[in-house]
Amino acid sequence: MELQFFIELVTNGVLTGLMYALVAVGFVLIYKSTDAINFAQGEFCMFAAIIVAGFMNLYGFPLWAAIAVGLLFMLVFNWGLERVVLRPMIGRPVVAIIMATIGLALIFRGLGPLVFGAETQPIPLPIPDQPIIWGPFFVSPIDLLGGSISIAFMAVFGWFFMKSRKGVAMRAVADSHQVSMAMGINVERYFVLAWMLAGFVALLGGLVWGSAIGVDTQLAQLGLKVFPVVILGGLDSIVGVIVGGIIVGVIEALSAGYVDPYVGGGTKDFTPYVLMIIVLMIRPYGIFGKPTIERI
Amino acid sequence: MLNLNNVEVIYDGVILVLRGISIEVHDGTITTVLGANGAGKSTTLKAISGQLRVERGEVTRGSIEFDGQRIDGLQAYEAVKMGIVQVFEGRRVFEHLTGEENLIAGGHTVSNAVMRRNMELVYEYFPRVYERRDVQAGYLSGGEQQMLAIGRALMSDPKMVMLDEPSLGLAPMIIEEIFGIITKLNQQEQTTFLIVEQNATLALDIAEYGYVMENGAIVLEGKADALRENADIKEFYLGISSGEKKSFRDVKTYRRRKRWLG
Repeated sequence: MELQFFIELVTNGVLTGLMYALVAVGFVLIYKSTDAINFAQGEFCMFAAIIVAGFMNLYGFPLWAAIAVGLLFMLVFNWGLERVVLRPMIGRPVVAIIMATIGLALIFRGLGPLVFGAETQPIPLPIPDQPIIWGPFFVSPIDLLGGSISIAFMAVFGWFFMKSRKGVAMRAVADSHQVSMAMGINVERYFVLAWMLAGFVALLGGLVWGSAIGVDTQLAQLGLKVFPVVILGGLDSIVGVIVGGIIVGVIEALSAGYVDPYVGGGTKDFTPYVLMIIVLMIRPYGIFGKPTIERI
Repeated sequence: MLNLNNVEVIYDGVILVLRGISIEVHDGTITTVLGANGAGKSTTLKAISGQLRVERGEVTRGSIEFDGQRIDGLQAYEAVKMGIVQVFEGRRVFEHLTGEENLIAGGHTVSNAVMRRNMELVYEYFPRVYERRDVQAGYLSGGEQQMLAIGRALMSDPKMVMLDEPSLGLAPMIIEEIFGIITKLNQQEQTTFLIVEQNATLALDIAEYGYVMENGAIVLEGKADALRENADIKEFYLGISSGEKKSFRDVKTYRRRKRWLG
């Protein structure tokens, strides 16, 4: 019984962790190519989810059509964002870009309820509500779906990043903007690509989280929530994001399962941050982040 | 092939760095630009390769032509497509990419097939780069990084390669090896080189034509052999003095030097 409880916590933790990773990889994408941290990633997820839920519930769109609208919006919006807001900031201090994304986050928080109302909306996915029962274990179908989408995206994206020529160019851009330009790489095009990819992954994240916990502005808290994931794994590592996500998911589940009964609950909300601080003290660049190479 | 005509460059709208320089590079040759720190050599290369804009510099007068086309005002990646590629001072490899990935990034503008072919060519000329192709470039030695940087530049099928101080911070033996390969590339692949150097002996050894820059202007130019025999070059760049020790109080030297700076 004890062991079974433990395994169930870990399984759920891993699946939740993979869903965290799906949100966290948005940070990594932007950080890797532009060196900036996009504080609006959580809001991206929230807004994408609000669009999908809004079109389904208010206008009666079928799921696929609502997703298409959401995707179109995220791609076009992020393309425009890069063009209008971020491109003039190339070469400015990174802080300027970070402040711009914080402003953007606040705009999204206001805009979401304004357009589609403030009440919590569901995203009804065509999957069963009852937990799937594997022998003695219970697994929630939405967590399973979320975990699978996350793994699929990471696999495709990881291949693109590590093996394809465009991926190599993207990493080159992350390494040095100036030298990449001197190699004939149109750096600005890759910035646009990175932001559009971040928009796409935000839609995926918003979709699975939205259908798991319901869609309202609270969904934007995801951005803050996955911060330990990003820091743990290292801001620039895809493998790190997956591992970091799983660690955070499992720790949350375990503290909720074992510690909460004694203190009255709520420990899972801060244990990841405690871990984050400890990791930062030992490895300031995260578990998988790249240390700065110093030649002596 | 390359023609700089009375080019003036201003940084930040106020700092005059190049004061009207004219340089000519012929097809298939090695040309060198010599000069001390801050003479404007690197700026000259950046003006040609379109890298000025990111540093808030601007060609304010004169023209730069490549194969008969105006190229001042082009973006850096457009210059690469025209066949001009620059190897930066201090190597500047992509540290977190492997050697091979560095080459792939260098061949960004060409097709897959051409990239494969060029990669083989680079490995042939730089066997050391081949041996260490799977190592993260940041962990290569200085000489290996310089070879990688030159190899990476060759990946885009350039007509002209510009090298900014390829000898900087390298051991004499490595420098000799690299300059030997440059000469070989020039002879066998007909690649045109424009080399900026402080090491005048070395540069004049492999170049056919040379320019000397001081304070943003060309003060002397000529065939490499002639420059090597020039008394001023000997004294100020090659460190060969014509007899007894000189001091700054020596008025004659001072005047001659001053004429150069003016």
